Amino acid sequence: MPEMVKLTIDGKEVKVPAGTLVIEAARAAGIEIPAFCYYPGLSLQAACRMCLVEVERMPKLMTSCTLPAAEGMVVRTDTPVVAAARKAMLEFVLTNHPLDCPVCDKGGECELQDMVFRYGAGESRFDEDKLHMPERQWSPVVYYDAPRCILCYRCVRVCDEGMGVGALGIVHRGVHAEIAPNGGDHLECEQCGACIDICPVGALTSGTYRYKTRPWEMTHVPTICAHCADGCTTTLGVRNNRILRGNNRDRAGINGEFLCVKGRFAFDFYDHPERLTAPLVRVDGSFEAVDWPRALDTVAAAFREALGRGGAFGVIGGSHTTNEENRALARFARQALGTGNIDHHRTGDLATLLETGAPLARAADLYTAGAVLVVGANLSAEHPFLAWQVRANQRHHGALVRRVASLEELRDGALRGELAAAGDLVVVFNDAVKGAGVRELVEFGAGLGIPVKYVALVDYANSRGALEAGLVPDAGGLALPEMLAAGLDVLWVVGANPLKKAGVEFRRPGFMVVQDLFLTETAAAADIVLPAASAYEKDGTVTSVCGEVQRLRRAVRAMGPKTDLEIIDWLAHRMGVELRCDNAAPPARPDGRPDLVWSSRDGLFTSGTLGRYSKILDAVKA
Amino acid sequence: MLYNEPSPLEVKVLTRRFGLPDSASLQTYLAHDGYVALRKAQEMSPEEIIEEVKRSNLRGRGGAGFPTGLKWSFVPRHSEKPKYVVVNADEGEPGTCKDRLLMEYDPHQLIEGVLIAARAVGARAGYIYIRGEYRYLIEIVDRAIDEARAGGYLGEFELYTHTGAGAYECGEESALLESLEGKRGVPRIRPPFPAVAGAFGCPTVLNNVETFSAVPAIIRDGGEAFAALGTPKNGGTRLFCLSGHVNRPGVYELPLGFNLLRMIEEVGGGVRGGRKLKAVIPGGSSCPVLKADECDIAMDYDSLARAGSMLGSGGVIVMDESTCMVRVAARLMRFYAHESCGWCIPCREGTTWLRKLLARIHEGAARARDIDLAGDVARNMLGRTFCPLGDAAAMPTIAFVEKFREEFEAHLEGQACACEVAHA
Repeated sequence: MPEMVKLTIDGKEVKVPAGTLVIEAARAAGIEIPAFCYYPGLSLQAACRMCLVEVERMPKLMTSCTLPAAEGMVVRTDTPVVAAARKAMLEFVLTNHPLDCPVCDKGGECELQDMVFRYGAGESRFDEDKLHMPERQWSPVVYYDAPRCILCYRCVRVCDEGMGVGALGIVHRGVHAEIAPNGGDHLECEQCGACIDICPVGALTSGTYRYKTRPWEMTHVPTICAHCADGCTTTLGVRNNRILRGNNRDRAGINGEFLCVKGRFAFDFYDHPERLTAPLVRVDGSFEAVDWPRALDTVAAAFREALGRGGAFGVIGGSHTTNEENRALARFARQALGTGNIDHHRTGDLATLLETGAPLARAADLYTAGAVLVVGANLSAEHPFLAWQVRANQRHHGALVRRVASLEELRDGALRGELAAAGDLVVVFNDAVKGAGVRELVEFGAGLGIPVKYVALVDYANSRGALEAGLVPDAGGLALPEMLAAGLDVLWVVGANPLKKAGVEFRRPGFMVVQDLFLTETAAAADIVLPAASAYEKDGTVTSVCGEVQRLRRAVRAMGPKTDLEIIDWLAHRMGVELRCDNAAPPARPDGRPDLVWSSRDGLFTSGTLGRYSKILDAVKA
Repeated sequence: MLYNEPSPLEVKVLTRRFGLPDSASLQTYLAHDGYVALRKAQEMSPEEIIEEVKRSNLRGRGGAGFPTGLKWSFVPRHSEKPKYVVVNADEGEPGTCKDRLLMEYDPHQLIEGVLIAARAVGARAGYIYIRGEYRYLIEIVDRAIDEARAGGYLGEFELYTHTGAGAYECGEESALLESLEGKRGVPRIRPPFPAVAGAFGCPTVLNNVETFSAVPAIIRDGGEAFAALGTPKNGGTRLFCLSGHVNRPGVYELPLGFNLLRMIEEVGGGVRGGRKLKAVIPGGSSCPVLKADECDIAMDYDSLARAGSMLGSGGVIVMDESTCMVRVAARLMRFYAHESCGWCIPCREGTTWLRKLLARIHEGAARARDIDLAGDVARNMLGRTFCPLGDAAAMPTIAFVEKFREEFEAHLEGQACACEVAHA
């Protein structure tokens, strides 16, 4: 426990750990001290001078963002001197800030507007000419308007310290100082857009969102990003049933400040022109659009017919479908179709890890552990949020971070000593470690003599949920590649594209139904394609790579497509079966088949099917 | 060749070798007590050196006037980190031109001062941060360092010159350190102070050229002897850069406490052209101006502080009756607006606002309320900026507006500048 100190702020006694900054101590006591440049988690600037407070026995006003609380300190934030200082700082900021709020993207959610409203002067005394600079485009998604910039350096710091990229800096000096991108006139970076989100004013704006709407015209729907397994909350701004932007300004998710390029910008797959909007039935070799009742009747009839003659079924579930959908699909397969041929594309060997009984790490553990060992994965590209957690841990707590390409590199024991000295450890591994390798890795961890937790990396938004929902073969059941090769009587694929993998052996089943957003390689081979709603068009829960079960909230209504849950439910209804809630779902179990585990190794600009249908990703990866 | 004739009133301690043939050479230096103090210091303990400097009442000659011995004593004795000595030779304060002479005429004196400071704090390396505009001095100082190294005076100590790139802000010690480390020259949050975490995060002694140059004399002749040259708490002599409307402008070494009027009359030969004295900026452009009737004053840190101004960097700018005070204020603000680094809001925006506002007042395009506004804007900066540059811009402005308000008023609403008309 750190030593506690007692100080007085505006007459209120506050007890905080020694070293707490006065601005934080005040917040803890419910007293707001305004600031632009102070940003929890980033380095201190003391540049905006908004947080000046009076401190007893100090001759000048002090910046509360750099002042550690000390025993007996007496701070006042509510005096006329402090109020005058705040008013003066805002007056200074506004001297060269264009008052183009009516056309500024930030208008209505601008920290400068709010500050001026609360603490600023009612009139301007500045009669001189304002400086002007033309707006500049730094990338397809990042624009910079220098006159609006108040130089709080948040963007510079979040890019350098938070993202570990350092693509932004400062050029020129005095009133001509401005933020500059690393490419001179353009940004060479991951295009994560963190700089846009963290900008308190409208200096950095989003290429996909700018001039589209006023913020207050949107509803803001916090949901879980559909692209990778990290489980970031992205808040979708929706107007007239269209998603206009993604951001994380409410910072309510496990990802806090973080979003990558996909979470922020790549929501646009949902209205890609190639999106399926009506069921397709294969007639004489080509697809014909039909209405939902006819499509569902056809599927139900085919299922009944195959059941009647004891045909063989296969069910392949998805990694983007919700937990509720996955459970319904697994139940349907086992109860209504009587099959144990159930599987999904396993992108990491979570099954073996679960079997070892080793403790699993949550995303939060990556920020607090004394050490992080990454085996195989390129975390920054493949799991950007987990990488952010590790970077923040290193920066804030000095965590030891080590990466090895494979288990081989651990065998010589070179890392053993420093890892064992780190207090506790999180081991993160991708499909470079599977089957017996997972057991070896867990033994390695156990041999360190410190608490060790594990993360088995998986690819997609609900990859882990698919396994935990029981989308795995029963004893004697066929696994995914076997189902494709078996030439079954009926193959039902829900939200998956197994035929995409090159070299897969495929024998056409007697009847094949595919539910998906697009006419994927797998859907194109089907007899019936049912258009499915995307993650942003439905409610439900998904389970992140680290096991956080989080809510999807519907942002927009799909026009034409239906959610997979609706489709499964309607098929059950048409077949006259009632799906029982089987609380004792079969546990996920290892099948000793490492060949079933492989990762797509999607990077920042790809994420399976969804990434292929994002025009914004196409634009920024160019 | 000296830039100006010495004055018989000078007390030459730091400048005693100025004018000697080849004064920058090791040979000349050695012939005139060179490195005697270093030899003496090598027989003293670090504590004894610091005590001697404390006894001298030497105060920082860069502008702030902080007691030098005290500053050195803040360097943690038992730190495991390497320690550094850094010389602030980024002489940028308008009206100030003394450090360049100390480096040009007597670089070995500076080096000896650095070596003694290094011994006092246990430093193994040092940097002389020279402003970019003084490029020609780098050659001179580098040559002297080479001579000192060849002569064995440096011993294990490593000493380097480093050039700035022309930013006034880099004369502020923490911005200087940032610049020295190869970063953008913006000030640092303090604490920690350089004595604890300076260059490369290590304990650092950072002083002005003139401060270090005074150290050999202090060690050689004793702190008390140096102190006795000045007034109590204001030890020694200092180099005054007398400029502006005097007959004999130049750099003169005078004891602290020397009377300003006497300096103008007897050292500087009086106001140019027999005109009347109007005002004096006593210590470089950041120091509030003194009106003629305030100039009967002892030039030391404390007397000037009592008069609401500062001794600063020793830049004495004399202005006669033909000088338009509004124009001076506007011209100075052009400098500060140009030199503001842009880090903090009040300095970045305030200096440019004042630059435009003061220029407008001088052009006769202002209204009465603009005069109060100028004072107000300056007061809103004062004490609220990140580093002293904001104060340096605000303080003189406030003084000009308060002390010469009638001149500001005379410029209002399209009126021509009365001073300039009268002395056209």
